[in-house]
Amino acid sequence: MNVSDQRNTNADIVHKPHFISGHAMKIPTLRVLQQNGKVYKDAVLPEIDQELALKIYDTFVFIRALDERMLASQRQGRISFYMTETGEEANDIGSAAALEPDDIILAQYREQGALAFRGFTVDEFMNQIFSNEQDLGKGRQMPIHYGSKRLNYYTISSPLGTQIPQATGVAHALKMQGRKNCAICYFGEGAASEGDFHAALNMAALLKVPAIFFCRNNGYAISTPAHEQYAGDGIAARGVGYGMQTIRVDGNDVLAVLLATQEARRLAVEEHEPVLIETMTYRLGAHSSSDDPSGYRSRKEEDSWRKKDPVARMRQWMEAKGWWDEEQEKAAREKHRAAVMTAMKKAEKVPAPPLEDLINDVYETPPWHLREQLEALKGHIRQYPDEYRKTAWRLTDE
Amino acid sequence: MSKMNLLQAVNNALDTAMAKDDSVFCFGEDVGHFGGVFRATSHLQEKYGKTRCFNTPITEQGIVGFANGAAAAGMRPVAEIQFADYIFPAFDQIVNETAKYRYRSGNEFDVGGLTIRAPYGGGIHGAHYHSQSPEAFFTHCPGLKIVVPRNPEQAKGLLLASIFDPDPVIFFEPKKLYRASQGEVSDDEYTLPLGKAEVVRTGTDITLVAWGAQMPVVEQAADMAEQDGVSCEIIDLRTLLPWDRDTVADSVCKTGRLLINHEAPRTSGFGAEIAAEIQQACFLYLEAPITRVTGLDTPFPLAHEKEYMPDHLKTYEAIKASLNY
Repeated sequence: MNVSDQRNTNADIVHKPHFISGHAMKIPTLRVLQQNGKVYKDAVLPEIDQELALKIYDTFVFIRALDERMLASQRQGRISFYMTETGEEANDIGSAAALEPDDIILAQYREQGALAFRGFTVDEFMNQIFSNEQDLGKGRQMPIHYGSKRLNYYTISSPLGTQIPQATGVAHALKMQGRKNCAICYFGEGAASEGDFHAALNMAALLKVPAIFFCRNNGYAISTPAHEQYAGDGIAARGVGYGMQTIRVDGNDVLAVLLATQEARRLAVEEHEPVLIETMTYRLGAHSSSDDPSGYRSRKEEDSWRKKDPVARMRQWMEAKGWWDEEQEKAAREKHRAAVMTAMKKAEKVPAPPLEDLINDVYETPPWHLREQLEALKGHIRQYPDEYRKTAWRLTDE
Repeated sequence: MSKMNLLQAVNNALDTAMAKDDSVFCFGEDVGHFGGVFRATSHLQEKYGKTRCFNTPITEQGIVGFANGAAAAGMRPVAEIQFADYIFPAFDQIVNETAKYRYRSGNEFDVGGLTIRAPYGGGIHGAHYHSQSPEAFFTHCPGLKIVVPRNPEQAKGLLLASIFDPDPVIFFEPKKLYRASQGEVSDDEYTLPLGKAEVVRTGTDITLVAWGAQMPVVEQAADMAEQDGVSCEIIDLRTLLPWDRDTVADSVCKTGRLLINHEAPRTSGFGAEIAAEIQQACFLYLEAPITRVTGLDTPFPLAHEKEYMPDHLKTYEAIKASLNY
């Protein structure tokens, strides 16, 4: 039997108590781009050409248009719920731009930008938000719980942190299948307090799977400020404890996010080294359409972060390179606003999914008890058609 | 055919599945080189390597979360939870994720390849945390299938069916029978149908329904009752979700009496579901109230284990009470 005890029992020996401070490790923040759009003198640049830059920026403008319009629609009572990603666009969009289309994305809920970058259409967004019969999710989940097999974007679920160990499992599967891909998993700093975070990162580090754990540290989990979420040096410090490659990045600097994720992907895919990325950013909007941040943070604090707008920062960089100007800006905004409005009006008119979709997909094939329950329900709706207008009209022909 | 105990049949089923399909892989606490604390995964790492049979750190929510991800990515993970008593840290992953994966995504994604194996049940001096029968927590959860075998032949056939089933399955193994239950098992690949009960003994006076480790118990009680001239029909439910109501109802409409036996506590146990459905399906045929012989509504005790268990004597008395009603 070989010696299997491989603990580090050869650390330096000391003869007086020597406690390590919880803040002994100073994890720096990677930044490439200044707020005025100028690149730092000694900064390393990510791989980016005009085409990629334009695609990232166009996605920024689209997401701003979508978020703005949908929040307004929720206020008007046209949709039940919404969550914006205002202020955090550089995180998910900048990192998605570092990936291959067949890398797998597991998101929390504030990463619609990554999905848009991958090519989710404005109609697909609207169909999900309006839970109509064209929704890929068949109208079963709350708005913003997107998913797309075509785009390798796993369907979002509300329970926080559950996707993190799933990402470890997805990455292990990719490795077993011999694919040159990685899984990226997004989550907020609040979700990182869940037990699933610990389980996932420990397993990923042990099993050496191609996974990128991407934490958007935006300062708040609903009303809870980050200083009531953890006492250590953010989320990044924990990665080191798991024996994992770790980096902290300015989350409002799209070039820094892109650079860090490009390098992380190389480590994950080529060396099977999982990576933890913590981005420092700020949730400029409310947590959701059901939240009012004025009850727990100051206008002054918000304004200080509004000046660090990631979209404006990238725009200045692009303008300096001659890749963007005011005319293009106006045209892009107008194009996306109009597209969102048109798609919204269309999706609103699409009927709810058929009643059968209430029992389909619980299992691959509905078992006897679900078929019985559906038949009983149909009989009931036929008896009271005026009370169940969403579906009753579908039953009249039968 | 080979003579195997229930544990060897589980091991044989895993071996058969892994040999047949590269996407099947096994993991959990101590399942790797050591082969599991009950040895259900013996020699699988030797045979299939460390990427297909390996240890995980001690984290049940991690094991099931990881399994969900791997299954969603097209694999057939077989996750082991060391004791069913320790499945609760994974309850969120199972109930909110595993069970809803296909439904919530509109069938864009599913974790149908997933099987969770867990030894369950008492009778081994396991007290609170090595004896539980948590099946009813999961039968309340749409999207899962719950399977329990009673002997080696059933264990292999049902486990193979579970691994290749298009839906996620929790497979509870009666650990009291791991070595106690022996029998001839085919060396070939075969499956037994999920969702289908088995009438293991036909009779005319009363229907006895049980599963897993309680099957030998009700058979013993039926033997005693038959000495008194009572003819018992015995049904092994085998799958608890979705369960085979028709087989039970047909039997009860014939016998007019139903006794349900399970080891788990009575209140909200799966026996309650069976009783409610059968009284609706067989109301005009019932000649006595449906009776349940179950564990008590207490945590599973150590010193009073024998008193707690719904054993053959309690079952025999309940049969007599039903016949004399």
